[in-house]
Amino acid sequence: MPHIEFQSGLQGIRGPLAFRPETAKPLNELADALLHAPNSLSAGERELIATYVSYLNDCYFCQTVHGAIAAVHLNGDEELVKCVKADFAHADISPKLKTLLVIAGKVQRSGKNVTPEDVAAARAEGATDVEIHDTVLIAAAFCMFNRYVDGLATWQPQEEALYRERAKKTARDGYALASRDYIPQLKEA
Amino acid sequence: MILPHIQLPPELPGISAAMAFRKETAQPLRELAHVLLHEPNSLTPGERELIATYVSSLNGCQFCQASHGAAAACHLGNSEFVRQVKVSPDTAPISAKLKRLLGIAAQIQRGGKYVSSEDIAAARSEGATDMEIHDTVLIAAAFCMYNRYVDGLATIQPEADEAYIDMGRHLAKHGYIQSSQTSIAAITNSEIE
Repeated sequence: MPHIEFQSGLQGIRGPLAFRPETAKPLNELADALLHAPNSLSAGERELIATYVSYLNDCYFCQTVHGAIAAVHLNGDEELVKCVKADFAHADISPKLKTLLVIAGKVQRSGKNVTPEDVAAARAEGATDVEIHDTVLIAAAFCMFNRYVDGLATWQPQEEALYRERAKKTARDGYALASRDYIPQLKEA
Repeated sequence: MILPHIQLPPELPGISAAMAFRKETAQPLRELAHVLLHEPNSLTPGERELIATYVSSLNGCQFCQASHGAAAACHLGNSEFVRQVKVSPDTAPISAKLKRLLGIAAQIQRGGKYVSSEDIAAARSEGATDMEIHDTVLIAAAFCMYNRYVDGLATIQPEADEAYIDMGRHLAKHGYIQSSQTSIAAITNSEIE
């Protein structure tokens, strides 16, 4: 049972987002700016960072949703998503993304754990300041989203198929647009 | 002095520098803080700033705990309360309800799964509403983001809490949508001195 009363049938973060449209708006806009807007990091790469941090925080809903969205962006390669979670150092991803995942893993524990050496390693693989910034903020933001979803004990059905369907729409339309299906108050915005 | 990890505007401290660097993410980050901490709510702005300050203090983020602590002190007209909440919320002179909400916030700081049904029931028995519990969880979660953002980029963070008084006053009065150049300059100048 969720800790507070949500509209029934809404999974994971959708319960609290619909409960409080005033905070849903900036939360969706933040997710869009970080994960969906054009960026020198591909949407698939950014979703992998979100998935990895959610996995480290052990948030079932977030790692499954964002893992499914990452797979949509990566030509359906769910195996790659699993590899990144289990052992990204040996996954078939770019050396640059590996160094960014190291930074994301540090941020997951604490911002203070990121060292100048971590950042230098990312730069040596070609990471730009914006890419390093966005990696830090994606990782930090998922330390928020994961806590929001788990801290209210939201409904997180353990059925991956449910997440695959939803992922296609979010991967195509982004977060703010997809949320209008279940937050009618955001339609006029 | 440790330099920020990326090239941020050198005249700006803490999150102000990161927000100036990336305006696309600054807008929703500001709006989220404004709704959670400044807009009308059954929890007072002072109470909500105390939750933000307490979580930032648990995360050891100097910029956030000092700036939100200064905003809380301004709302409450008392900086001693703020210090007591950081050191020992259980014995601080605050309402029983706020103590329960700070208990939930502390669990969130460790991880969302630490919040128990008992924590929620305890807050409810002191009169906390669903909206207040929701906002407490999201304020605590959001500061687990803001703190990591500020520290993860190694932004400039003056050590003296006094340097943040002007900024706290601005935040308490105007909220989070507009930044204040003069109150930010006060923090930067304290660092140079």
